[in-house]
Amino acid sequence: MKLRRRDVVSELLRERGELLVIAGLGSTAWDITAAGDSDRSFPLWGAMGQAAMIGLGLALAQPKRRVLVITGDGEMLMGIGSLATIGVQQPPNLTVVVIDNERYGETGMQRTHTAEGVDLTAVAAACRFRHALTVIAELAPLRELVYRTPGPNFATVKVSDEKLPLVLPPHDGVLLKARFRRAVLGDSADVLPEKR
Amino acid sequence: MQPDWPAQVHGELAAAGVRVVGYVPDAGHKRLIELCQADPSMRTVVLTTEEEGIGLAAGAWLGGEKTVLLMQSSGVGNLVNVLGMVQVCRLPLLMLVTMRGEQGEFNPWQVPMGQTTARVLETMGVAVRQAGEPATVAAHVHAALRLAFEAQGAEAVLIAQQVIGIKSFKDQREQ
Repeated sequence: MKLRRRDVVSELLRERGELLVIAGLGSTAWDITAAGDSDRSFPLWGAMGQAAMIGLGLALAQPKRRVLVITGDGEMLMGIGSLATIGVQQPPNLTVVVIDNERYGETGMQRTHTAEGVDLTAVAAACRFRHALTVIAELAPLRELVYRTPGPNFATVKVSDEKLPLVLPPHDGVLLKARFRRAVLGDSADVLPEKR
Repeated sequence: MQPDWPAQVHGELAAAGVRVVGYVPDAGHKRLIELCQADPSMRTVVLTTEEEGIGLAAGAWLGGEKTVLLMQSSGVGNLVNVLGMVQVCRLPLLMLVTMRGEQGEFNPWQVPMGQTTARVLETMGVAVRQAGEPATVAAHVHAALRLAFEAQGAEAVLIAQQVIGIKSFKDQREQ
């Protein structure tokens, strides 16, 4: 019995506390919203391939907080070079989790490279992620990775290729940016930099 | 004597509190990259493609830090789709682009992208400033820093090939 993506993401985000979350466009953005929309979440509606890099920029800017990128296999494949970039920077507070259904789920469930055996966990390990694992059943090690283990960490979670009801987050980019910055930076988020 | 524009630009970036420097190397940026790497207040991030720099800058801004991106004109072609995020989220953005494909270019493959760099950026909502002389580069960067991080604009400073002064493969290798 394969894991189900919304169960995995809900379990990952249970009692998330101060965890900052970036979600790749498409299904993973709907998944984190189904688990409960939050000001500390930044769901993407575009910029395919950039989720992991946004996570890196955030992790460098907020070194005392844990940052989680949740994205799909298609989105990660488009930004596969960013795994090398993260490997060079070695951010200890960043974890990238790929929810891998081996399909382009938003465009008709076409098979992705991972359906043909391309192994993203092996790529991450080769790019010098400190921990890289593939999860097919047990989720406890995944929570440990996201909330406690010094990174950079990477996990591929193999899930079934089900088509689920849309659960949409806000789509105004300025709103998503502003609420996230307020949640992270407090009132100073809205003040001109020189006046902080 | 020519002004030391890379040192002046580094001074502007440091004074504005830029903490993250994303780059795909270019010979024209060699000295500025080295100055940023030597500055303990800056984190330099080597990218596999320019597109990654937009994600990097977006994430750093979500966490409260300012980023500058260094690239050459060919790299602007790799940015087009992700500049949509910059528009939609109204993210501050500062890019310093060294030009190829204009005066004195020796490589014809650099010409098509070099001659459309400004138009591509403007088409995607990025304001373009042309720094044609070494003495004007720092002033353009100063203005672009304010527009980016105080007026939340997307700004690019194009540094002309005549400023960099590379005319041949031999010159580039000896840079």
